[in-house]
Amino acid sequence: MIRVLLPYHLRTLARVDGEVTIEVEGQATQRSVLDALEARYPTLRGTMRDHVTQQRRPFVRFFACEQDLSHESPDAPLPELVATGAEPFLVVGAIAGG
Amino acid sequence: MGEKMSRVRLLVGTRKGAFVLTSDGKRQRWDISGPHFAGWEIYHLKGSPADPNRLYASQSSGWFGQVIQRSNDGGKIWEPVGNQFAYDGVPGTHQWYDGTAHPWEFKRVWHLEPSLSDPDTVYAGVEDAAFFRTTDGGQTWQELSGLRGHGSGPHWQPGAGGMCLHTILIDPSNPERIFIAISAAGAFRTDDGGKTWKPINRGLRTEGIPNPEAEVGHCVHRIALHPSRPNVLFMQKHWDVMRSDDAGDSWREVSGNLPTDFGFPIDVHAHEPETIYVVPIKSDSEHYPPDGKLRVYRSRTGGSEWEALTNGLPQRDCYVNVLRDAMAVDSLDSCGVYFGTTGGQVFASPDGGDHWDAIVQLLPPVLSVEVQTLS
Repeated sequence: MIRVLLPYHLRTLARVDGEVTIEVEGQATQRSVLDALEARYPTLRGTMRDHVTQQRRPFVRFFACEQDLSHESPDAPLPELVATGAEPFLVVGAIAGG
Repeated sequence: MGEKMSRVRLLVGTRKGAFVLTSDGKRQRWDISGPHFAGWEIYHLKGSPADPNRLYASQSSGWFGQVIQRSNDGGKIWEPVGNQFAYDGVPGTHQWYDGTAHPWEFKRVWHLEPSLSDPDTVYAGVEDAAFFRTTDGGQTWQELSGLRGHGSGPHWQPGAGGMCLHTILIDPSNPERIFIAISAAGAFRTDDGGKTWKPINRGLRTEGIPNPEAEVGHCVHRIALHPSRPNVLFMQKHWDVMRSDDAGDSWREVSGNLPTDFGFPIDVHAHEPETIYVVPIKSDSEHYPPDGKLRVYRSRTGGSEWEALTNGLPQRDCYVNVLRDAMAVDSLDSCGVYFGTTGGQVFASPDGGDHWDAIVQLLPPVLSVEVQTLS
């Protein structure tokens, strides 16, 4: 079980409160977590990464275990504490704008 | 349409959400619902002429990109639908501000234009400029790429607000004929439902570009037509108010006695095809009303002769703008005219512009106003 905390506007869009939990088959990576998240909440497609290139949107960041994972490979394993559900995977809207 | 039995519904898009304002045919008391999609930019909302309870909204954010929302009940309940706007084939390049080639990149949907006859068919004008269509109620979107592919696309260049396709007008007498406008490429027309396009900019003159009368490269801010006479087009260009009597094949200037011929919106009275409205704005770059006086100008002669409409509009210390999609007219017997400002006001005139009231004063900056006349 992977715990994911979405930013406010994506929680509203997906119509969820608080953390969401998802199951990931195989190794937990950014890609597998986001794939599972989008499969469960299709309205999130295109809001965190580009539909086609799958590149992270510039003002979306991925944090976990007090680390910024945004620039890690999408296929790199996530920290063990995220993979075991001890710590959440955080999708963060960068603090910017008005 | 009679005023006693009718209602009007205003769809207002703002920088921080959408608002739905409703009133009876007298248009004096308004109920306001919203914000819908709070915190998101709502560039445009529009209802289907074939099913007025079917609404579409363009919701976007610098963080999370584009979302399209659909309502089947007049704006009470909304559902996100498809948000993938993929350019057809290899997108190619257009000109960047510095003249270099820049790849086409989707940024947002500026305008949604539902089909006149099918609630599930909607056209979308997007930035970077392209023309999309859905035929399944917004679940999937396909680019009609003949517009970008017609030849001049590599020479298009963005205006200050981005390279946006912001205006879509469907000819009611021939739905295969559609007019669109792009900042800063110009106006285009298709006569085959979007497969092929031609630029319709002859007669436009733009100082500051290498050839002031070029086929493309004009910053058209908005075009409008009256449904009974779709060969007559009116245009607010960056500078100049223009008119065409031949479906855009040629244009002539009708700025006449306007205090400034810069502005964004232009619209046509619902029952008088020669009565048109603009909001003159001071430019370059100030983009507020001249002398701090918010004045709508009306011409009853299809242009050239203009009168200032001021009754009920602020006539001092007013420095708001009215954006290109932020004016609309209803079709009640006494035509209502509406516009929203970057200061968050929405003004309404139930009598064709003679008297105005601010029906709401403190919304976020208004990006778009549409009105539905409901029986």
